[in-house]
Amino acid sequence: MSELLQFLFSGLTVGAVYALVALGFTIIYNASDVVNFAQGEFVMLGGMITWFAHAQGLPLPLAALIAIAVTALLGVAMNKLMIEPARGAPVVSLIIITIGASIFIQGGTQLIFGKEIHSFPAFSGDEPLRIGGATILPQSLWVIAGALVVYVALWLFFTRTLLGRAVLATANNRLAAQLVGINTSFVMTLSFALSAAIGALGGMLAAPITLTAYNVGIGFALKGFAGAMLGGMGSPKGALTGGFLIGLIEALTAGYVSSQYKDAAAFVVILLVLFFMPQGLFGRKSTDRV
Amino acid sequence: MRLTPKAATLLVLALLVALTPFFFPSGYYYRVGALLFVNGIAVTGIVILTGYAGQISLGHAGFSGIGAYACALAPTHLGLHPALAIVLGAALSAVLAYLVGRPILRLKGYYLGVATLGFGILVSMVLNNERDLTNGPDGIDVPDLGLRALLETWGLDLTNGQFWYFFCGLSLILGAWLALNLYDSPTGRALRALHGSEVAARTVGVDVARLKLQAFVISAVYASVAGSLLALQNKFITPDVAGFMHSIEMVTMAVLGGVGSVLGAILGAGILTLLPQVLTVFAEYEQMVLGLVMVLVMIFLREGLLPSIFKAIRGKGE
Amino acid sequence: MQKTLTTTALGLLAVLGLSGAATADIVLGASVSATGPAAFLGDPEAKTLEMMVEALNAKGGINGEQVKLVLYDDGGDPNKARTFATRLVEDDEAVAIIGGSTTGTSMSILDVTEDAEVPFISLAGAIDIIDPVKPYTFKTPHTDRMACQKIFEDMQKRGFTKIGMISGTDGFGASMQAQCKAVAGDHGIEIVADETYDPKDADMTAQLTKIKNAEGVQAVLNPGFGQGPSIVTRNFRQLAIDLPLYQSHGVASDGFIELAGADAAEGVRLPGTALLVADLLPEGDPQKPVVTAYKTEFEAKTGTSVGTFGGYAHDAFLILTDAITRAGSAEPAAIRDAIEQTKGLAGTTGIYTFSPEDHLGLDLSAFRMLEIKGGTWTLVE
Repeated sequence: MSELLQFLFSGLTVGAVYALVALGFTIIYNASDVVNFAQGEFVMLGGMITWFAHAQGLPLPLAALIAIAVTALLGVAMNKLMIEPARGAPVVSLIIITIGASIFIQGGTQLIFGKEIHSFPAFSGDEPLRIGGATILPQSLWVIAGALVVYVALWLFFTRTLLGRAVLATANNRLAAQLVGINTSFVMTLSFALSAAIGALGGMLAAPITLTAYNVGIGFALKGFAGAMLGGMGSPKGALTGGFLIGLIEALTAGYVSSQYKDAAAFVVILLVLFFMPQGLFGRKSTDRV
Repeated sequence: MRLTPKAATLLVLALLVALTPFFFPSGYYYRVGALLFVNGIAVTGIVILTGYAGQISLGHAGFSGIGAYACALAPTHLGLHPALAIVLGAALSAVLAYLVGRPILRLKGYYLGVATLGFGILVSMVLNNERDLTNGPDGIDVPDLGLRALLETWGLDLTNGQFWYFFCGLSLILGAWLALNLYDSPTGRALRALHGSEVAARTVGVDVARLKLQAFVISAVYASVAGSLLALQNKFITPDVAGFMHSIEMVTMAVLGGVGSVLGAILGAGILTLLPQVLTVFAEYEQMVLGLVMVLVMIFLREGLLPSIFKAIRGKGE
Repeated sequence: MQKTLTTTALGLLAVLGLSGAATADIVLGASVSATGPAAFLGDPEAKTLEMMVEALNAKGGINGEQVKLVLYDDGGDPNKARTFATRLVEDDEAVAIIGGSTTGTSMSILDVTEDAEVPFISLAGAIDIIDPVKPYTFKTPHTDRMACQKIFEDMQKRGFTKIGMISGTDGFGASMQAQCKAVAGDHGIEIVADETYDPKDADMTAQLTKIKNAEGVQAVLNPGFGQGPSIVTRNFRQLAIDLPLYQSHGVASDGFIELAGADAAEGVRLPGTALLVADLLPEGDPQKPVVTAYKTEFEAKTGTSVGTFGGYAHDAFLILTDAITRAGSAEPAAIRDAIEQTKGLAGTTGIYTFSPEDHLGLDLSAFRMLEIKGGTWTLVE
């Protein structure tokens, strides 16, 4: 029993990081139909900038705020300089643009901060909490709480605020949104800022557990992408569920089957789900997104 | 007399393969050329899949992995000649593409992207983890093709670099010729109709599912042969050949040069093969430059380099 | 637009053509994985080589000739490594090549260098590189098998017979996992749990829980490099597993203690080199001057702590310059012969003595069993 509980804790910790990445994917996708493969780099920047600012002697909360703000600005810059000029380009081109952006950000980070692995202290210490014979780090609770809070905030934003509905409207039909007076360009900028900030938040929360380095982004991006697709692209509920599911599948496969093929298990599940539900678990079925 | 696009493409390729060696200052350039041609073969497959049929794959390196490991394993385990191992790898890839393609080609856009991505990752995982068979991430030796020695007995004495340059060059011309023939065939026309609009193609009676599957299988064979040639040329192969980044590289090459035409895609392969060699001078900035090139080309030359160049030339002529 | 394109294309061609021209007297080549998944190995190696060439030339070079180092970053990709090896041999006309941070890249390079009859010193672990002996191929690191043997010897002394293993699935971890499984029996050790993790994984508590619950497990071994072993070490403490933990030489650097945390790393043992315990070496230890000098210089130059891998590159460069000096010639064949005659050369990894039958030049004595105590390295025994 305690064994199962430990596997679940492990899955939830990792799943929460994936969920945060997947949530970031969702916002940009909703606003622009772009799957931003550089999302993982936002996560990496969140960790790296927090580490750097903290190492310069700033208190951790301030360092974290700086990291989130800087990353959000970069997100805006990426939208203005790379995504907006490419509006209307086919899916393959957009994939290549965002992967190009991801390689560019990695190269820049490596030049500025070097290639070493870094970490900073956990927010509430390293003493594990013992529950039913299993253990979980307080930092894991921070990450899990982070994912849940971001989800609830997004849900409120998309359903309860005018701006949030404007984002959804833009996603559904850009031209119609413009006609009813929505500033779609602002909506895009906002989405990139939000998405980058959420990525950075995730990276900052996770770094004390996962450690951080200039090249950790691509791994997060792949798993987050998989999570978002499993849940159904564009749905925050799907992103949250998909992210946690992938984390749990990995941990349970590692625990009960084979740690060598735990990543394989995650992708097999995705293939199976897509086979029966081509739009993912919670994806919208009506709109054709090609 | 005006050349057809098909004849023009083949002529350009033939001249490229035959004439550039006269300008090579050292044997190293044969190696770069051979790599360019191998990548050219892989991206010709992407042209058929993405350019003709309009489908995405983020996992085609998986097929290259199968082709490469077929050449490493079949000669030692099955006693097959390495040349036949290329065929075996291609057949395996085709069968696998058929089995995998049937369910996943129903998916569209990013969903197809993640499904193919998953396929590629599964292949590279098997190559990494089945250590008893593949020797794991350390890689495995690949037997010699033996063709160079055979040519030598016929009095044609080539260095290793020269041999692979011409062998891969000829293979590329053959591959391009087949792809161009496909383009002009009824299947090719149906594929292009499918690319234009799936719904429209279906209404005029095109069997959409079968066509997509055909394109997927053919492109898998191209990727597989490219993997085989790489393995035989390097005489050593690691699971990296099937990695995610390699899949992305293939698609990027094709789209960068212009995924709509064989020559464009090969130009893209050429640029991404040469770029890292040129950028060694600015090693520190290599990644940044590479990323920037990808972004800029996609923004400013949407259809890829070659179509944009043609457009510019035509624009001037008028 | 079109004009810019043409200009760019011409510019690219110019760079491609010019890069081949080499004017220095002795050209040494290197291809290491300064970026990519094996950057933990290649980055310090590249920095070490650059630092040593600069220092050598400042002192007047070898036999009065200046040395030019042509250094390429293969990103850990064996295919690129082969291309760079070809370029070094054919275009840059290097007289000897250092490199191959990983086994895969080394195997790719050696096929080219053997063909061209240019000496090659690999920086990777697998025994296949020098066994069977190839005339022009040498290597500086001890083999993975030796690391396993050293660890198992220590376990034997402490009376452990049943152990659990958790290895990275990267080349380094997977290769050592296979070698350790192959030699465990010779030391009367049974592997009762064999788990792996992906180098990008964030949490290994699931695998460690399985090991913890394995029947009769007495110690745990974690071959791997990068952030994985740090996370394993932290998770090990999180789960309060009350067993001795062994790491591999893959994390033999101060950075590991920092990342894992001194508390979590307390009591961890691993086979390391003299480099980590430079100040603990007794006066008169033949390795003391060389490790102290390298450590001081590297840390002053880069601001990062020295590790085993940078040390491999240091030793490769030392062996090469020593051989060229003794040969009095920079002809590839002469250098090869001189390397083979190297005797008692103290490097950071060990004391090298090569022979026509032995292109590794090290034995088990080169490894020292280290234990982390109070946040720093100590010598066991």
